Amino acid sequence: MSNLKHFTNGLIKENPTFVLVLGACPTLAVTTASINGLGMGAATTFVLVFSNVLIALFKNFIPDKVRIAAFIVVIATFVTIVDLVMKAFTPDLYKTLGIFIPLIVVNCIILGRAEAFAQKNKVLPALLDGLGMGLGFTLAITLLASVRELLGNGSVFDIKLVSENAKTMLLFILPPGAFITYGYMIAIVNRLKAKYNL
Amino acid sequence: MGKKIESNLKNMILSLALISLAASAALGMVYNLTKGPIEQANKAKEVSAITEVLPAFDNDPTASAKEAEGLTLYKGAQAEQPVGVAIKTFTDKGFSGYFSLMVGFLPDGSIHNISVLDQKETPGLGSKMKEDKFKNQFLGKNPETYKLLVKKDGGDVDAITAATISSRAYCDAVQKAYDLWKAQLTEGSSDSEPADSLKGVNQ
Repeated sequence: MSNLKHFTNGLIKENPTFVLVLGACPTLAVTTASINGLGMGAATTFVLVFSNVLIALFKNFIPDKVRIAAFIVVIATFVTIVDLVMKAFTPDLYKTLGIFIPLIVVNCIILGRAEAFAQKNKVLPALLDGLGMGLGFTLAITLLASVRELLGNGSVFDIKLVSENAKTMLLFILPPGAFITYGYMIAIVNRLKAKYNL
Repeated sequence: MGKKIESNLKNMILSLALISLAASAALGMVYNLTKGPIEQANKAKEVSAITEVLPAFDNDPTASAKEAEGLTLYKGAQAEQPVGVAIKTFTDKGFSGYFSLMVGFLPDGSIHNISVLDQKETPGLGSKMKEDKFKNQFLGKNPETYKLLVKKDGGDVDAITAATISSRAYCDAVQKAYDLWKAQLTEGSSDSEPADSLKGVNQ
């Protein structure tokens, strides 16, 4: 596979949210507003890229039997860095994402990519894979969050698209709406994927 | 590419110890770098909330902050004259549990303004408590005469549609703030001016 392939792989073909269905917990929980989706995606991408690179770099110094423990330490370190940096510089976003930032540690996408890709590949492909997967995740949850915000609150990225007193479908902001929207989007994305053979 | 090291006890201990050491060193560094900005962000947030709920003041209310039962009290003064008291209050009766408010009281005990500090109520329902439509009904009211209960419970507050629990919790938090405001009047009777005005209200 060429390096470009590693990058585009995560966008559609193996999109972590719509195709692999990994990391569904933050996907369902924080996607109540577009900006939350974008923030969560950015935080996850940061952790994913750096953990992928570091693991690819040191893969030969990590004995197989303790690899999961080593990966978790690396991932937890980057998550804590994101946590502290967001607390310092984007306190509002930090507040809305709350517990889901520390929970990136147990996000299956990150450990999954470390285990399935980074520890078997060189640094550059691991970097591109992390970027691609991170962007794929970000795009997917931002899209999901925008649909939910639009239907449930009549706005996208906090820009009101309907009048102040218009009735919106609140259901879509509540937890059931997350499952409904997520389900339909998985179906649509996979249908389009099959049709255009992506 | 070099060869992968063997999984024997020495290698495993060494590798994990080194990784953990590097990780903790990196974290220590980031912690030190972000410590200042985090404190600043917290303080800026508090000061901006106080500014929002009190009339203009020129002292530093955070310097005289007093804590009592989880509530924090800030006194605002303009040219040494007290202009009001901001109280950071909370409730844990919200639909998603805890949320906190900053309530500003004028010296006569009426509510000057309220600002929501930290909430995770349902977006689109309970989160509407941040909007003026709900908040404005509290402004200028004195909780002595204005019953801090939703209409359903026999009070004077119009609850947010479909978010009665959040509205009740909001009232609960404001009531707590008011109770503290009253308590600080009696204990700090040396600054007699606000106490007098409260007597006026009581009569």
